Amino acid sequence: MAESGCCPPMDLFRSEPMQLVRLIIPVESSHLTVSYLGDLGFIQFKDLNAEKSPFQRTYATQIKRCGEMARKLRFFREQMKKVDVVPSTVPSERIDIDLDNLEVKLGELEAEMIEVNANNEKLQRSYNELLEYELILQKAGEFFYSAQSDAMAQQRETQERRTDEGSINSPLLLDQEMSTDSSKVVKLGFISGLVPRDKSMAFERILFRATRGNVLLKQGAVENPVTDPVLGEKVDKNVFVIFYSGERAKTKILKICEAFGANRYPFPDDLGKRGQMITEVSGSISELKATIDVGMLHRDSLLKNVSYHYEQWNLLVKKEKSIYHTLNMLSIDVTKKCLVAEGWSPIFASKQVQDALHRAALDSNSQVGSIFQVLHTRESPPTYFRTNKFNSAFQEIVDAYGVAKYQEANPGVYTIVTFPFLFAVMFGDWGHGICLLLGTLFFILREKKLSSQKLGDITEMTFGGRYVILLMSLFSIYTGLVYNEFFSVPFELFGRSAYACRGPSCSDSTTAGLIKVRDAYPFGVDPKWHGTRSELPFLNSLKMKMSILIGVAQMNLGIILSYFNAKFFKNSVNVWFQFVPQMLFLNCLFGYLSVLIIVKWCTGSKADLYHLMIYMFLSPTDDLGENQLFAGQKTLQIVLLLLALVAVPWMLLPKPFILKKQFQDRHQGQSYQLLQSADDSLEVDAHGSHDGHEEFEFSEVFVHQLIHTIEFVLGAVSNTASYLRLWALSLAHSELSTVFYEKVLLLAWGFNNVIILIVGIIVFICATVGVLLVMETLSAFLHALRLHWVEFQNKFYEGDGYKFHPFSFALMDEDDE
Amino acid sequence: MYGFEALTFNIHGGYLEAIVRGHRSGLLTAADYNNLCQCETLEDIKMHLSATEYGPYLQNEPSPLHTTTIVEKCTLKLVDEYKHMLCQATEPLSTFLEYITYGHMIDNVVLIVTGTLHERDVNELLEKCHPLGMFDSIASLAVAQNMRELYRLVLVDTPLAPYFSECITSEDLDDMNIEIMRNTLYKAYLEDFYKFCKKLGGATAEIMSDLLAFEADRRAVNITINSIGTELTRDDRRKLYSNFGLLYPYGHEELAVCEDIDQVRAAMEKYPPYQSIFAKISYGESQMLDKAFYEEEVKRLCLAFEQQFHFAVFFAYVRLREQEIRNLMWISECVAQNQKSRVHDSVVFIF
Repeated sequence: MAESGCCPPMDLFRSEPMQLVRLIIPVESSHLTVSYLGDLGFIQFKDLNAEKSPFQRTYATQIKRCGEMARKLRFFREQMKKVDVVPSTVPSERIDIDLDNLEVKLGELEAEMIEVNANNEKLQRSYNELLEYELILQKAGEFFYSAQSDAMAQQRETQERRTDEGSINSPLLLDQEMSTDSSKVVKLGFISGLVPRDKSMAFERILFRATRGNVLLKQGAVENPVTDPVLGEKVDKNVFVIFYSGERAKTKILKICEAFGANRYPFPDDLGKRGQMITEVSGSISELKATIDVGMLHRDSLLKNVSYHYEQWNLLVKKEKSIYHTLNMLSIDVTKKCLVAEGWSPIFASKQVQDALHRAALDSNSQVGSIFQVLHTRESPPTYFRTNKFNSAFQEIVDAYGVAKYQEANPGVYTIVTFPFLFAVMFGDWGHGICLLLGTLFFILREKKLSSQKLGDITEMTFGGRYVILLMSLFSIYTGLVYNEFFSVPFELFGRSAYACRGPSCSDSTTAGLIKVRDAYPFGVDPKWHGTRSELPFLNSLKMKMSILIGVAQMNLGIILSYFNAKFFKNSVNVWFQFVPQMLFLNCLFGYLSVLIIVKWCTGSKADLYHLMIYMFLSPTDDLGENQLFAGQKTLQIVLLLLALVAVPWMLLPKPFILKKQFQDRHQGQSYQLLQSADDSLEVDAHGSHDGHEEFEFSEVFVHQLIHTIEFVLGAVSNTASYLRLWALSLAHSELSTVFYEKVLLLAWGFNNVIILIVGIIVFICATVGVLLVMETLSAFLHALRLHWVEFQNKFYEGDGYKFHPFSFALMDEDDE
Repeated sequence: MYGFEALTFNIHGGYLEAIVRGHRSGLLTAADYNNLCQCETLEDIKMHLSATEYGPYLQNEPSPLHTTTIVEKCTLKLVDEYKHMLCQATEPLSTFLEYITYGHMIDNVVLIVTGTLHERDVNELLEKCHPLGMFDSIASLAVAQNMRELYRLVLVDTPLAPYFSECITSEDLDDMNIEIMRNTLYKAYLEDFYKFCKKLGGATAEIMSDLLAFEADRRAVNITINSIGTELTRDDRRKLYSNFGLLYPYGHEELAVCEDIDQVRAAMEKYPPYQSIFAKISYGESQMLDKAFYEEEVKRLCLAFEQQFHFAVFFAYVRLREQEIRNLMWISECVAQNQKSRVHDSVVFIF
């Protein structure tokens, strides 16, 4: 492993070695130092002020300032969105603007912007009011006009009929005219205005109730939404004219209008004035329009100006904010001359970190350099893997279960191969594999373009796992070739089939009619098996045995990894009392089964392996009879069985007792050490780790070991059985694709009808893509995931570590997106 | 009493219950309050709140902050959450959710009517109204001159209409009448809500009747204390008490004749749940009573979350959030007016 110098570094096998470092940074260079460390991105700072609330910390005011600037930038962003100015993504020439200048500049810009906006708003408001007024003049004019014509008609009618009954239809205007004619004193007033359409019903109702029906309300819908002067939004509105009598009614109506947000406008009585008003209003509308346009132009140029620098400023503010957040985590020295930082950093990066510290000290003209110290601690460091775009997705698969303990053997490395392989065992079809391959190649080839843009939820996920899918598809092409499946159609790719008909009469496609005429088919399953009556029994037996072989191999790998873990952490107890008995137990039972399977394949024996395994437990001394595969098998079986039986108490009993003894020894030793090296213990205490002082509860440890033993013994059986899912899913996949091929495509073909054929092809494609390519991929993926998480990783993986989150500007951007 | 509502509750209510429990876990904790109480300026409060769920609501506020802005934004959050839940709710949960807002509606009506009586501007009053208790024609309340008009003009369209039937008189509106109107409305509202919850049955009925009974009893005590020394007759006072709750009916008889705070105390101490509340405050004091009641209410509301498959969590959540907003308002006021020594006087910790 790592200690051998011959091999290239194997970063992924174990997480990076980390160290706890303490940096003592002079105050004057602290900002620059943190900024350089952020560029470097190799230190995870510890919060040394956890007990202080955010606003009690040293740099709270600076953070507040940054927050304020961020708010201003958001304000500009919103403004830009309103007028569709896109912030230029191309960084303009790097102008070095520091925070203070930026703050002043942003303040000025915001003030200007607000003023411009306020002016524009005022203008816009009066503009909208005028527009509404114009609308009223037109619409209400129509009311009056139609009322007048009604009135004329009415008058004509009354003249004709010589009766003076006021019908309901007679307009009030007529009444008014008539009442003035007949010199009655009732004076009708009217109010006109606009009311939002959704409120108009309630408006009418309330008006009616408030005046006890003594009003006449005329409403007309305005076709296009009108911009409300107060809200500044487009609203559907109705023009209304209310006729009323009396002062009290008027005050009530005015109040109601106000309550409903109805804008009232004066409306001239006679026609001439109205025309004059209309021209006046439209004149001032065009005037205002010009003024507003000028204002808009000013605003746009202002925003354009901002948009050039927007991204740069935004980045700067974000960086500054994160720098001050980090500075807040550092503890300040009593003399207030230097800041003390503690954090985790990978050992390989210490040179770079020291370099950054040095540069920062130089660049900030600090008289004293920063001090870089490595601290010793018993705290468990964070787990850090240096992944690249290819293996990060596989590491994610492992991390989703649990982040590896510090320096624990990383299953991620093996997952890169085993995961796609187990997937492919379940998804064996080279046609489907090619479809997957094309899909993932699309993502990989357009990687540069796609990674810079925002994708949908599912696309994002697929894109993230593109290299996993690439390997999955390549492996499934391989297993597809082994299974000889191409959309369930067999091909004679590697030579001719080994079987041929005995005579011309064997058309019923059974093995009975076929004889072996050549050597065995060189690679994979012979195409002739396809469609025969014995296809299923043959493939089932093959795949079932293969699943067990794969499963036993992978579980053995897991147990072997536990050996490397034990060796790495120098835990010989685990080697002798966990690894050895576990190996023995698993291999005596299922390792033996695997051997039997291989022997049976090689010799072509007809022994019944179920029977063999079952009677190995039930009556080990019985004669094997026809199930005997090799000489001395009975003795071997008895020995294996005894070994497996011995392995169980071996796993269970010694370890707790040894742990107890070790604890007692250590405890005695420790009381000596405490006296001798008081300084060290103080140091340890200061970092809050009390691992050495934990209580040793024997019963707890014993129960724990008991549970582990039971779990392993039962797990050996159930996990092996669990690997049979490889067979089951592979069977399901091939059967489904057979069904779609035969019952849809061939059936449609048989009709000799173009339309049915087209429909059949469409159904076939939909079923293949929807069920086989999408759902089956998902289910095979999930089962492969389970086999890794449960059956493989429970043999060795603790997964109780925590991830390394360095302070890094590059990561900060990702978080924000 | 228990049916099989747990079997089917999740069909319609499961999603929203999950939502409301999620919101509940966003309530400020004692640690948050401790930090907030140490704040020196309103900026500090904003900074602290921006780390909580209030963050998105406060982050775009320009710098000179006011207490009203903070409270307004916090209320906005509650309103947004409430509206979201109301949109998603189906019957009978949607009715239940609407019932929760009627109390605010009553308060808003009273606010507007009192305001217009004192010649305030309607828009100014509207700003002060609780957004949960808004209805369409609320602004036109200003037109009404007396109760009958109030009812006929505006309230007949609102859900409050049925509650009004008891207090329609053609008397002019004055402060006293309005206060009586408020209490009568509240009484009718609580009784109606109580009946509705009883009708729902199951755990909802059980928990809600407990919470509403507490609310009714608290109102009864408040009415009694506030009406001591006014011209309200004993019979009138008796009429304002809701006809359910722990105090109903014998406690009401006693409360109706109380003449000072110590008599109220004597009447209440006969009821064990209230004994502990009154035990906290010294004789002759009524200032701290509010806080004691609030604390008890918060305790009961928190308990509502201990059971699953019922609607009371929605009620409890809205109430707890309101309490939190009251707390924030008090803290902000204390900070703004440099009265930090009094910060703890009225803050009720929720968790």
